[in-house]
Order: sequence, then C-alpha cells, then structure tokens
Amino acid sequence: MLLFEQLLNGLQYGMTLFLMAAGLTLVFGVMGLINLAHGSLYMIGAFACAVVTKATGNFWLGAAGSLAAAAMAGALIEMLVIRRLYSRDHLDQVLATFALILIFSEGARWLFGSFPLYLTLPPSLAGTVTLPGGLVYPVFRLGVIGLGIAIAAGLFWLMHNTRLGIRIRAGEADREMIGALGVDISILYTLVFALGAALAGLAGALVGAVQSVQVGMGEPVLILAFVVVVIGGIGSIGGALLSALLVGMTDSLGRALLPSLLAQVMPQASANTLGASLAAMSVYILMAAVLVWRPTGLFGARA
Amino acid sequence: MSRIAVINLATLGLLIGGALTAHLTGHAFLVTLATKAAIFALAGVGLNFALGYGGLVSFGHAAFFGIGGYVTGILASHAMSGQPLTTLPYTMNGTNEMLAIWPMVLLVSGLAALAIGALSLRTSGVYFIMVTLAFAQMIYWFAVGWPAYGGEDGLSFYVRNAFPGVQTMQPLSWFLICAGLLLMTLGFTAVVMRARFGLALQAARRNTQRTVAVGIRPFGIRLTAFVLSAMITGLAGSLYADLNRFVSPAMLSWYMSGEIMVFVILGGVGRLVGPVAGAMLFVTMEHLLGGISDYWQVLLGLVLLGVVLWSPGGIVGMLSGRGRGHA
Repeated sequence: MLLFEQLLNGLQYGMTLFLMAAGLTLVFGVMGLINLAHGSLYMIGAFACAVVTKATGNFWLGAAGSLAAAAMAGALIEMLVIRRLYSRDHLDQVLATFALILIFSEGARWLFGSFPLYLTLPPSLAGTVTLPGGLVYPVFRLGVIGLGIAIAAGLFWLMHNTRLGIRIRAGEADREMIGALGVDISILYTLVFALGAALAGLAGALVGAVQSVQVGMGEPVLILAFVVVVIGGIGSIGGALLSALLVGMTDSLGRALLPSLLAQVMPQASANTLGASLAAMSVYILMAAVLVWRPTGLFGARA
Repeated sequence: MSRIAVINLATLGLLIGGALTAHLTGHAFLVTLATKAAIFALAGVGLNFALGYGGLVSFGHAAFFGIGGYVTGILASHAMSGQPLTTLPYTMNGTNEMLAIWPMVLLVSGLAALAIGALSLRTSGVYFIMVTLAFAQMIYWFAVGWPAYGGEDGLSFYVRNAFPGVQTMQPLSWFLICAGLLLMTLGFTAVVMRARFGLALQAARRNTQRTVAVGIRPFGIRLTAFVLSAMITGLAGSLYADLNRFVSPAMLSWYMSGEIMVFVILGGVGRLVGPVAGAMLFVTMEHLLGGISDYWQVLLGLVLLGVVLWSPGGIVGMLSGRGRGHA
C-alpha cells in the first residue's frame, strides 16, 4: 500500500518535472540554447498564481495567470536577451541566463520579500479520494497526474500533427533551410520559447500550490529538469517524458524506502537525513549510469 | 613590453599593492577583502585552466572548491578534537598544518576530478555542462545529508590552520600566503600553456578534428587539464575554508559554480590574469554595491549581461583591445 502510494507520488513528481523538462528540451533541440533562466520562469508562474489567486479568490484564474505571466515573461526575455545568444557558444548562454536568474530572483525578493507565500486550494481540489484498493489520495495530486498526461498528449499532437509542430521539427533539423522556405524563424523561436515558458510557469503554479511559493524555488527543479533532459536525450519530448517519470519514481521511492532501510543499521534520526540525501543523490547516479551506457541519453540522436 | 604584459602586471600590482597600502594605512578589513579576492581569483584560475584554455565548460567546479574546503575542515576538526580520522588500515590523525593539508586537498580533489572527468568527458557541449553540474549537485546533497561533519549546518574550526614561521591570524601574513599561492599558480599556468601539453590542449579546443588528424588524442589531455584545474580550485577552497574558519554545503552549491564562472568571464576567458581581474571586480562590487542595497545582485546580473552581450572578452579583453583571449 505504501509502495503504491509512493508510485503515485513518483508519477505526480515526474509529471511536474516533465512540464519543466519539455520546455527545456524544446529550446535546446530547436534553438540550440541552454537556458538556466527556465527556473525563473517556473518561479514567475508560481508567484503569478499566488497573486492572482489571492486577488480573485479563484485558483483556476490563478493557474491561467501563471500560464499567461510565464509566457509573457518568456516572450519578453526571448526578444530582449535570448535572441542575441543563439549564435553564441554555450558558455555565453550559460552566463547570460545565469545573469537573468540573478535579476529575476533578486527582483522577486524585492517585490515579494523572502518569506514564502502559501496558496489555498479550492474545496473541489483540496479533498481526498479513496482509490480502488482502499488507498486515500489527495485529489489535487491525481489532478496533476491527469493534467501531465493531457499535456504530454497535447504536445505529441502539436509536434506531429500540426503545421506549427512540423515547422518546429524542421527548425530543429535545419534552421537555415526553413528560413529559406519562407518561415519567419524569429517569430517561430519566440513562440517556442513562450510555449516552454508557459509550461514551466504552470509547473511552478502546481508545485507552489502543494508546497509554497518563494524566491529560489526554481533552481533545484531546474537542475533536476536538466538531469531529465540529459537522460532522455536533448530535443526528444518522448525521451523527456520517459526520463521524467524515471527520475520522479527514483526520487520518491528512494525518499520513502531508504530511510527505513538505513534505520536497520543506524539511529532513526540520522537515517532520515542520510536517506533523504542518498535519495537526492540516486537521481544523479542514475544519470551517470545512463551516460556511461549512452553518452547522448536514451533518445538522443546527436551530441 | 607588450600591452598584455602591462595589463598582467598592473592587475597583480593593483591586488598586492592595494593590500599593502591598506595594511600600512591601518585598514585591516580591506586586507581581508583583498585576501578574499586572491582566493576567488585562485578558484577562477583553476576553472580558466579547463574552461578558458581547454574549452571545457564545467558548471560543477564548486564540487572541487567545496571538497578542498571540507578536506581542510575535517582535518582541522580532527586535529582539534584529537580523534583519529580513521584507524584502518593504519591510524590517520587530523592536522592543522597547512603544508600537510594542502597535499591532501590536492590529492582528494584530483581524485574526485579524475572520476568525474572520466565520466563527463565522454560527453561534450551542452551535455558536458549539465553533467558536471549534476555531479556537483550529487556531492552537494551528500554533504547536506552526511551527519558526521555538520550536514546542512556546516563545520566550524575556530582557529586558522598553521603555516611554519607565520602568524596566520595576522591579516597581511595571511594575504601574502594566499597571494603567493596565486602567483605560483599563475606562473605554473603560464609555463604549462606554452609547453607541448598546453599547446595540444588549446589546439584541441580550437579544432578537435585537426588535432586528432595530426595524431593527438584529446581525451587524455582534456582529462589531465580537468584534473589539474580541479586541484587548483580545490586549493582555493582550502584557503577559503581557512579564511572563514568554516565550511558548509554552500561552498558546493550550483550557485558557487556560477560565481566561479563569473570571475572568469568578467575578467576575460582564456586570459592569464582574467580571473584575477574578475574576482577583484566581483569582490569590489559586492562590497560597494552591497553597502548601498541588499539587492545588489540585480546590478551584478545587469553588469554580467552587459559583459556577455557586448564585451565578451571581459575586462582584460576590453583593455587589450583584442576581444576574447586566444580565440
């Protein structure tokens, strides 16, 4: 029973990671850009959700606000800063987006202070349901899993069945050629970036609703999303989905099982802290193992 | 004397002369500030070795900075408590002699870099950046969860470690030790980069295929450069631990990796004294702007963004009028 609950937790965690990683991997794959500021977009989404929910009293409007705010912020930084970085090497991209993190984090601290904000969920989402088998599980977390599946399906549909998706994949393969065929690359890039940003913002709102909304919440998730992208292979949405679930499961199961395993050989208190950090490490060990086996990730075609 | 040699001398002169002037005019705090700049510069010189000359964009050098710090802190705390580090296979005691700590720091950070580098160098480009970051995170989480040496709270060791014949708590002597190590490392880097090894390393950065075509295998050279780079940064971590007499997982965090990278970029990538200029500017900005506003990092971010977008050669590149170093 505990195991089943942890599997669901892992699934839910994996889905939020997927929302982050999908945007990252798209931006990597299509524009060849490494974007550290993706975590800031996640934070912007969470703050927008908190502010709109507080002002209107409606969580759904808050979630819509997080999508809109993150997409707008994404489009804005793409046009002002990111656009100048496509032709630069990865070092410049890392640094410029690191600079963006500093600006966004300190800006958010200035606007909202260092104290975490908490969201209240609407009653329809705040309760629990009893699943077949007698497990009691929060509705909201089930909703996150469902939403993740829906968005993954939507992204696959977008990438494979729409003109926009065809253009995005074409841009991934040969950006000069699709420019020559008359597609306005810069609008396409802004769209892709804003799409990735909106997904990150939504992930921020979802996680912010369960935990708390605070400055610096984006970076730990960002680094995990990087791990997901590396394991899945850069540019592959399917790879990102699979590896997000893998990472989510590894983390949740590790956190749940390791402390009790370690408690057999050491006091409970230190088993708890050591177990938690071993679980956090296990994700990176998983990544190292995958890279030894396949240096370009599970679904990565090229380095 | 060439323009670049003048810039090199001026930068080092500014650091050392500034510290001496501060000492003579009785500003002990500014001497400590210069010490911090020298230590950050050393960490940057380490990263520049791999990043600037070798083109290996490591976003995980905080791992080695922190390992250097932790080795120092652990040895010093054992020396203080008198308990041996380990009794198997033979008894190993802690120490508070810098001359004994430094070789240990070099050894441990070098071994860590050998393992991390051997795995990370299988990848390249974006993968390499993220893999080094992920390994650093792994070590970060280990330090957070490992209760024996303070875990998340870090580890204090109250007394700065000893150097034969020198009163290390006296700010100027301590600065001179750090600056001396910085100068030695700069000399080492300059010599190595003119030697066959350094030339091969730079050749592999500029054009890997051609390097392979003339019969040089880049992997071993890159791995050696990565290990040397990590050892230098580890030594800087040891000094930083001694400066604060405190180590914590913050030294291992991704943010620290970013800061070390900032020293290199602000100063100038692939320039000998680039990291020194960058670290000096960083520490000065932190001190001056931090006094004006708690949110000084917004300004740091804007400066950094400006440097990346409009002056990719950093300070040294701007002064020498030749853009990015060696590229």
